[in-house]
Amino acid sequence: MTERPGALWAAPAIVYFAAFAVAPMVLVGYLSFTTWNGLGTPQWAGTANWARLADDATLPGSLRLSLILTVAAWCVQTPISLLLGVWAAGRGRGRAALSAVFFVPLLLSNAAVALLWQALLDPNFGLADLVGPLLAARDGNILGEPSRALAAVVLVVSWQFVPYHALLYQAATRQIPAALYDAAAIDGAGRVRQFLSITLPQLRHTVVSSTVMILVGSFTYFETILLMTGGGPGTSTRVLPLHMYLTGFSGFEMGYAGVLAVLLVAVGTTLSVVIVRATGYSRMRSTREGL
Amino acid sequence: MFNVSFRARRGARSRPRFTALAAAAALAVSAGAAACGTSGPAGGGAGGEIRAWTLQGDAVNKVERDGVTAFNKAAGAKVRLETFLNDPYKQKLQVAMGAPNAPDVFFNWGGGHLKQYVDARQVTDLTPEFTKDPAWLGSFLPVVMKTAQLGGRYYGVPERGMQPIVLFYNKDVFAAAGARPPKTWEELLRLVDTFKARKTTPFALAGSQGWTELMWLEYLLDRLGGPARFKAIADGTPGAWRDPAVVRALTMIRQLVDRGAFGTNFASVDYDVGGASTLFAQGKAAMHLMGSWEYATQLGQNPDFIKKKRMGWTAFPSVPGGTGDPRNIVGNPTNFYSVSAASKNKETAIRFLKEAMTSDAYLQGLISVGEVPAVKGLEPKLRGGPDADYTTFVYSMVGSAPEFTQSWDQALTPSVSQALLTNLQKFFLRQIGPEEFTAAMDKVK
Repeated sequence: MTERPGALWAAPAIVYFAAFAVAPMVLVGYLSFTTWNGLGTPQWAGTANWARLADDATLPGSLRLSLILTVAAWCVQTPISLLLGVWAAGRGRGRAALSAVFFVPLLLSNAAVALLWQALLDPNFGLADLVGPLLAARDGNILGEPSRALAAVVLVVSWQFVPYHALLYQAATRQIPAALYDAAAIDGAGRVRQFLSITLPQLRHTVVSSTVMILVGSFTYFETILLMTGGGPGTSTRVLPLHMYLTGFSGFEMGYAGVLAVLLVAVGTTLSVVIVRATGYSRMRSTREGL
Repeated sequence: MFNVSFRARRGARSRPRFTALAAAAALAVSAGAAACGTSGPAGGGAGGEIRAWTLQGDAVNKVERDGVTAFNKAAGAKVRLETFLNDPYKQKLQVAMGAPNAPDVFFNWGGGHLKQYVDARQVTDLTPEFTKDPAWLGSFLPVVMKTAQLGGRYYGVPERGMQPIVLFYNKDVFAAAGARPPKTWEELLRLVDTFKARKTTPFALAGSQGWTELMWLEYLLDRLGGPARFKAIADGTPGAWRDPAVVRALTMIRQLVDRGAFGTNFASVDYDVGGASTLFAQGKAAMHLMGSWEYATQLGQNPDFIKKKRMGWTAFPSVPGGTGDPRNIVGNPTNFYSVSAASKNKETAIRFLKEAMTSDAYLQGLISVGEVPAVKGLEPKLRGGPDADYTTFVYSMVGSAPEFTQSWDQALTPSVSQALLTNLQKFFLRQIGPEEFTAAMDKVK
């Protein structure tokens, strides 16, 4: 056994995490017990904000939307980014050029992505004539119809983040020793068999990392949604983090927004801990044992 | 140029998303500002300098700057204009007013926005000045001055133009259908059927943004029950939302939605990306209920529509059995300049408001960039200015209005406005009915 590195090595990460994650979380926890409109001094409000959770008619819907968005985002993003990443890992000029194109959404800012799609989905002047019928909306009413708006949000957010996960898979695929494929080829395994028996098991840790990022990320993400639909129509795309944001920065009720933020932290943390435990990722077993 | 100043203020309305983002940025800044507030510059009236805060807007800022220069020369004063971006301005002002570096003169929207500062005793009462010089008060349109009047005292002087909500119509579409703009609610309903039969959307509506839908409720409630109904809501009177007139107004809106007055996909249409205005200019929609800035928006987006004089405008129709005066209007009365109570040069600041805001050159300047100032006897000047047909219409519409109700989302507190706009969207989507709407709003604090 090699000796473990000293605590000093962890210092930069700990300082960073304390300043930008722990401190704000503690502050938010404090805010959740106050009344504050963002200006002046927060007034102690006891548990009034927490009691309001039970009365918040928007909350159950927001929570449900967040769960739908999270699951849907995983279902859409994982297969696409896995296949795209594995494909992009292959050699060849054509692949390199196309991969570069596929990664473009990753370089665009959230605001650009949201405004671009908002304009594209305009029912009268956008691509609504083309896209609309696919979503059973002949009048182009996509962002204005609750379930279609949610579908549009899932697709746009996926479009935005697939490249990132594809990049993870691409890098991981290139790490797989070529000897494995050579051996498989000698044994007569075809491409599909190679993918299922070699590539996929070798990418196990990457799948878990990417899954944790997609699930926790989708559960806490809202910027594109804010700009694209503002949570609307009505509250049809008002996911939990957006509900928190609008309560805090449109309604200026920082106290209650603090409660929602604490809730998000709790659910997000639980989610990632459960996945890491359930998949055995935390044991960090090698996928190349015996090689 | 005309366009820029108008568009800037369209932003000053309520665009929840962008406002929200900007607010977040502003808050980050203001938190820092608050933290070092006490150690900040003593500012204020150092050296007799008067700092006047206003909103950014290229065309109108030039007019304001010229006005300041002229006043400084004539009065030997040192007024300095500082301009701010629209959306973060409200937060910035809120922080500054409580700190030692408050501006001497500040831009505001009157009504609910100004009230919080008045309640905190941070604004100079201008009533004694108006009593001393009644002609000064008398130079402004009284209906607009009501927005600067709180608890019977005056706290502001009109600084820019007026923005009532107007019913615009497409003249080509009307001519083809042999129709005339509606004067009554029945005529309006009949027009809905006429245009629907011709496969034209009767009203363009940017329903992805709740504030466009709010205009309908604002006008209908005023026509049905007069301005007192909304005043009760704004004052937080218990049960004000459950007023039968509110339910009635909502029921009328529901009728419009059910009849297809706004088409089927209005909830996907956005004002800021130009959806509703273009639909209307291209004749795919016959009418558009919008703030007076629609004129400038069209001039920017569809110049031919304006230049060929294809856009018409009229007042919101009367409603049968309604007790509200059909001449009443809703919208943004105007923007005001107020003097902060902490100013060390109050006298000069007040003199600045008195001499600079109503000077001929200043008013002429405002008119030249498309603003319609809230000053009496302006018609001859407006006739000589650009787009005279339209500016004189806006001017006489406000001039003859007994009441000018401020846009609700400006007049109510942020948390109530936010709930209002969300519930209104649900209502237009038919997710909730009139009673559910009023019950939901009744609960919001």
